[in-house]
Amino acid sequence: MTSNIRLIPRLDIKGPNLIKGIHLEGLRIIGDPNEYAKKYYSNGADEIIYMDTVASLYGRNNLKSIVKKTVKDVYIPITVGGGIRTIEDVKDTLRSGAEKVAINTAATKNPELIKQVSRKFGSQCMVLSIEAKKIQENKWEVYTENGREKTGMDVVEWAIKGCELEAGEILLTSIDKEGTRKGFDFDLINTVSKNVPIPVIASGGMGCYEDLEKVVVESFADAVAMADILHYDRLSISDIRKFCKKNKINVRNYEA
Amino acid sequence: MKPRISIIDYGLCNLYNVTNAFEYVGGDTEIIDSSKQVKDADYLILPGVGAFKDGMKGLENRNLINSIKEHVSKKKPFLGICLGMQMMLDVSFEFGEISGLGIIPGQVKKLPNKGSDNRAHKIPHIGWNNLEILNKEIQNKTILKTQDSFSSMYFIHSFSALCNNKKNLLAETNYNGISIASVIFDENSYGCQFHPEKSGEAGLKILKEFINL
Repeated sequence: MTSNIRLIPRLDIKGPNLIKGIHLEGLRIIGDPNEYAKKYYSNGADEIIYMDTVASLYGRNNLKSIVKKTVKDVYIPITVGGGIRTIEDVKDTLRSGAEKVAINTAATKNPELIKQVSRKFGSQCMVLSIEAKKIQENKWEVYTENGREKTGMDVVEWAIKGCELEAGEILLTSIDKEGTRKGFDFDLINTVSKNVPIPVIASGGMGCYEDLEKVVVESFADAVAMADILHYDRLSISDIRKFCKKNKINVRNYEA
Repeated sequence: MKPRISIIDYGLCNLYNVTNAFEYVGGDTEIIDSSKQVKDADYLILPGVGAFKDGMKGLENRNLINSIKEHVSKKKPFLGICLGMQMMLDVSFEFGEISGLGIIPGQVKKLPNKGSDNRAHKIPHIGWNNLEILNKEIQNKTILKTQDSFSSMYFIHSFSALCNNKKNLLAETNYNGISIASVIFDENSYGCQFHPEKSGEAGLKILKEFINL
């Protein structure tokens, strides 16, 4: 018996726009994030991830006003990431209506931030975001700034450290697979998931139903983030839910 | 006239979403943090995320504990959400032994890190899960009136409530074979382990039923 896996649209944001890139770069504008969030909500998304793609680079976070608007229509948990550096940033982000914050760069620079956030706001809202790039067989390096900066840190060791510092969840993005539609980095997801006791959200590369099945059944992902497969309407959340039910992958009950 | 919904701010959590959801279902919300305001409340909400100890301390520092108990003893509607629900019990074992509000007899304990099949599972329990309504005879008189076994709610927690008396248990939820108290109640006092304000339309219906109590 396994618990329900979560289907999570990931909306990468630049300024006021929903965008999509490949390998977290080469960004293309897709549309108004609020409209997409509403659509995914009514189609039965289990959560929403908003990621400010340039906030960290420029040291700002534009997302708060988008989140404030979204939560008037969207009554599911929203995770917000990008450019969150301090306890004050976390507080502001949660106040705007986010349920959880995803932190990458600031945590790699100051790992204690993870613990501070967990202790102050509860580990349930502290999502450790890890951008992983494969460097050799079964070895991945932690990157920051949307795959622009390397840290020299090992992904699996960092994930374990994150748990010790009381992160509640890990958002694990494969830079190599992101935007390629060629499937998740299944070994990466499997290796991290087996090494941590907290839920892992697989992100980057979903191209078809079978990718989802494989990442859940063989790589033990607890949740699946998906972006352009939804943004470009190649599949809908309802289609994916139906596929899961049919193939004995546990998902929540939802009728659109 | 819209029902007045008083949401307790004890310094811990984000009240925006709870407020927002009650407004959406037709409530007139206010954020309160004093004993006097609690005494004046019609529909009282104790939301919450975070640690039990900090939660109780927050209530204590604002001198709210007795007025909350008074509200409950007058059988006025009360809803505890997540940590707010856990604080309704007598005692918690999260980082030591800490007294709760004692509205419902029982205790709060960490979720076992293995399912009933003895296989390790993830803690926190995060995600959507079903309600198994235990007391179907009285269901229609409760906040679960419009729910059935199809209803799925959003959970995010590492600790859970264990009620001493079965009569306080309105719904359970199965997490890998572990039974979690998902809705507890006594008269007009309710506690939800999940977040109805983040559980889509099904969750909003629970809030709607609550403000119609």
